[in-house]
Amino acid sequence: MRKQKQLLFLIMLGLMAVFVMACSAADNAANADEPADDAENSEEDSGEDASNSEEESDTIKVGVLHSLSGTMAISETSVQQAELLAIKEINENGGVLGKQLEPVVEDGASDWPTFAEKAKKLLQQDEVATIFGGWTSASRKAMLPVVEENNGLLFYPVQYEGMEDSPNIFYTGAAPNQQIVPAVNWLLENRGDSFFLLGSDYVFPRTANAAIRAQLDAEGAELVGEEYTPLGHTDYNTVIAKIKSENPDVIFNTLNGDSNVAFFKQLNDAGITSEDITVLSVSVAEEEIKGIGADVIEGHLTSWNYYQTTDTPENEEFVANYKAEYGEDSVTADPIEAGYFGVYLWAKAVEEAGTTDVDAVKEAAKGITFDAPNGTVKIDGDNQHVYKTVRIGEVQSDGMISELWHSDEAIKPDPYLEEYDWAKELSDSLAE
Amino acid sequence: MQNTIYQKLWSQKIILSVIFLLLLLAPFFLSDFRLNLLGKFLAFAILAIGLDLLWGYTGVLSLGHGIFFGLGAYCMAMYLKLEANAGGLPDFMAWSGMSELPLIWLPFQYPIIAIALGIIIPAVVAFFLGYLTFRNRISGVYFTILSQALVLVVVTLFVGSQNLTGGTSGLTNFETLFGFSVNAASTQTAIYLITVLVLGVVFISCRKLVKGRFGRVLEGIRDGENRMRFLGYNPSSYKTFIYTLSAAIAGIAGMLFVLQVGIISPTMIGIIPSIEMVLWVALGGRGTIIGPVIGAVFVNAAKTGFSESYPEYWTYFLGLLFVLVVVFLPKGLTGLLDKWKDRRKKQDARDSVEVEKSYS
Amino acid sequence: MVFIIKEVKGSRIYVLLPFLMRKGLFGLNEIIITLFNGLSLGSILLVIALGLAITFGLMNVINMAHGELIMVGAYITYVIQNIFMDYAPAAYFDLYFIISIPIAMLVAAGIGMLLEVSLIRHLYKRPLDSLLATWGVGLVLQQLARSIFGAPNVGVKSPSFLSGGLSVGSITLPYSRLFILALSIICLISIFYYFYRTASGRRVRAVMQNRQMAECLGVSTRKVDMLTFAIGSGFAGVAGCALTLLGAIGPTIGTSYIIDAFMVVVVGGVGALFGAVAGALGIGIFNTIFEFFTNATIGKVLIFLLIIAFLQWRPSGLVTSRSRSLD
Repeated sequence: MRKQKQLLFLIMLGLMAVFVMACSAADNAANADEPADDAENSEEDSGEDASNSEEESDTIKVGVLHSLSGTMAISETSVQQAELLAIKEINENGGVLGKQLEPVVEDGASDWPTFAEKAKKLLQQDEVATIFGGWTSASRKAMLPVVEENNGLLFYPVQYEGMEDSPNIFYTGAAPNQQIVPAVNWLLENRGDSFFLLGSDYVFPRTANAAIRAQLDAEGAELVGEEYTPLGHTDYNTVIAKIKSENPDVIFNTLNGDSNVAFFKQLNDAGITSEDITVLSVSVAEEEIKGIGADVIEGHLTSWNYYQTTDTPENEEFVANYKAEYGEDSVTADPIEAGYFGVYLWAKAVEEAGTTDVDAVKEAAKGITFDAPNGTVKIDGDNQHVYKTVRIGEVQSDGMISELWHSDEAIKPDPYLEEYDWAKELSDSLAE
Repeated sequence: MQNTIYQKLWSQKIILSVIFLLLLLAPFFLSDFRLNLLGKFLAFAILAIGLDLLWGYTGVLSLGHGIFFGLGAYCMAMYLKLEANAGGLPDFMAWSGMSELPLIWLPFQYPIIAIALGIIIPAVVAFFLGYLTFRNRISGVYFTILSQALVLVVVTLFVGSQNLTGGTSGLTNFETLFGFSVNAASTQTAIYLITVLVLGVVFISCRKLVKGRFGRVLEGIRDGENRMRFLGYNPSSYKTFIYTLSAAIAGIAGMLFVLQVGIISPTMIGIIPSIEMVLWVALGGRGTIIGPVIGAVFVNAAKTGFSESYPEYWTYFLGLLFVLVVVFLPKGLTGLLDKWKDRRKKQDARDSVEVEKSYS
Repeated sequence: MVFIIKEVKGSRIYVLLPFLMRKGLFGLNEIIITLFNGLSLGSILLVIALGLAITFGLMNVINMAHGELIMVGAYITYVIQNIFMDYAPAAYFDLYFIISIPIAMLVAAGIGMLLEVSLIRHLYKRPLDSLLATWGVGLVLQQLARSIFGAPNVGVKSPSFLSGGLSVGSITLPYSRLFILALSIICLISIFYYFYRTASGRRVRAVMQNRQMAECLGVSTRKVDMLTFAIGSGFAGVAGCALTLLGAIGPTIGTSYIIDAFMVVVVGGVGALFGAVAGALGIGIFNTIFEFFTNATIGKVLIFLLIIAFLQWRPSGLVTSRSRSLD
């Protein structure tokens, strides 16, 4: 008899495991009255799902999917905060289509399969109208098949390497021709023509540098070296020794995350200042400068579409609101701003379409404009990227970036670099 | 006495078959998404059984099973990627300036070879590593740390050779498997059922393996390697065999994982996931075959549950869970069960004594 | 005979020896720089691994939370810097770094002691379990840092006396690197002094070498265990403090160093401080040389392959304590 009880316990365990997963599945009533481990939220969910199917609910669910733990949390939490701020502001102004937005926050945990899993959960289980999320190219690539398969929407807020235009993704960060190409041109004009390319060993730097190589070749400039370090690399002494022996005019820096801190600190220690060699970074914004220390990186350059110092009335308000929400010490930066206006762009497209239906929203979004903190942005109908102004800036001693140059107008996004002759080989090989 | 033993075996078999049946019937009462999750957990459970053979029975702790899992997964993913591109070059190769399919990708055009390699490659890698390390009598903590070094090597290589492996992004965006759409609900259900069947086969055969004489030798090696050596056994060949076997099982798990999750990347095979795999076994209870299965499903369900409900705080829960289980339940959840059983036994013994007393 | 594949201007050029000639058969400067960089990397590894050499080497506790104790040290430095920035006169600002070293040590030691009392002491007989439990502790500490200081990295301004470098001829040796080199030597000497020249240190060694005998002689092994673990953790705090000079300070700082630290201890030989020194310097110098001739990725792969190969040759590290006991 005892044995039976023990085995009963085993069965219970197996059942529990099944129920833990089943608990928020709204399609089964039998499971609904079996509240399992991860109770609260899922119960709420199932309740709402049920009401959703019967009558129009008074909220619209939107997914917010960033890494809140793991190595990428360093960058992604701020973007998540900006998106939540935008959602809050929209709700205070009456919501979208008269309904309040209800953010469903998930943690991607710096792990790409988790991004895929959570995106699937948001789309299938919570039936969100859109997802705002991702940072690394890898996380976007992980979510891409999921949003395409489920015909969902993803607003991706970070500059990236281009060579992609999924019909289900809106790219609110810069395409390479809105950040990298103009930066190289500007450097050639103003800072010299021998380049050293330094990047983390992953898809963005490798692809970006392939484009830069082609561009330098076409312009007749000299490439003196190219180095990649593993993600999270912390010792740059040897790389700096190589840089010293090549003595370039410019270092084009595509390092990611923590490595930037180590690189700039050690570069400074090695006695190389911005007067000796200019470093232009495309992944260092105000947020990262806080971690690096302004004294170390002062005088070096960055290329983005937005700085906290960008002089527009919208930005003044955005910075004030962001600081009011997250503290005086917090700073805004390009990806943060891109996450923020992405929410507004989506809201505007939904208003235009009159529904949250994905196809209708996509259609309505074509050519839609919004006065974002960085200036007026416009969604390109062809590739779902955004027209943006390019800004080259110099890091100041207070950690802010002051603009040295900006493009005359918002530049049309060109993810495949089709406009440029030198990139022909590159884009052709992809077109196949 | 005889009777109770048979009874025990009998009823355990019933229980297991009931669980197995429930798992087979799961598609009828779970949503597609939850079914997919359960399938993923069961793929992890397969890996955990293999890991437990190595750790729970033979006493060799490997913190490097992520790579065997990864090798299997990549083999499957390479085939899927090639099929999705219909003979063309995968996109990441085009960016990296490759013009034709590299040699090592060629065999993966054929599904049967890809599946076979998904088992063979991890096994061969494990065999060589195991043969060398165990022959040199590297054991205990040293082997554990060594396996971690191996993980670092493999992950760095996979990330670094972007033109061959897709770098950090890994391989994703698959379309078809044997001509069926991979993401279609019916295909996913079929893959789920295959996963359950594989789990069943692995479970039963591993149980057979450890219940017999072979299992006793393994336990002997775990508890006193030198004694076994003096008794004329060669522990290093036993260890190598188990290591190879568990790597092959991990490879199978990896393939099933890719089919259900649709992505494999170096983050899934690194140091952290490799440690998590060990934690599944520890939590479920090492030295039993059912333990790892319970552990893998329980930990992952808890992880998913926590992170869905409390995305900001779930790592606290997870961390505390590990600490509490390891410290207070050294034998894992199944150990808890045994304890409970023992207490019942004592209770019953006391009861019967009292009953006898009252009779007298 | 090393093949080096270097991508220049889009085309792959396979360079065999000419590359070595151009870069490799280098002048005196390059040799000095490479050696210095290797030595410097070795000293960083040593500072990180010293604490571990005590907890793992002497006590056989695999403390995966060691990286998080390093993180504690780094955050302490950040907090003290902020206190100085707000309250101390600007002229004394640089002192914060000197002050934060002992404070970081004390705080980390305190946390270590807490950990030992509440958790580790249950696990002395199960080293592999200590690995798993402390892994959980590490997760919690990381999340705690994220809750307290926020997920983004925080910045620590290096003190002005450590910025810049010492110029020797045409090469510059950064002061921060020299400082860490000196720090590692000081730590080493103080550990050596403590373990071999003080009564308390002798007791620790007695307990580690023969626990029962020490107990019989009246040594309180509980106290000694606690103290030893606290000392090991304290050195992790010092390491965290030193690392603020070089890299990012964030919740995941520990994870990027912990594996390296374990490698140092294992290569050196568990239980031997001298082994740890040799292991750290060996890994540091070889890593720098590999990286100089190839690139950072290949360098890392080569160094770990070298470690695996090395352990095949010396299964229990460079310095082994021989014993005749079996099982």
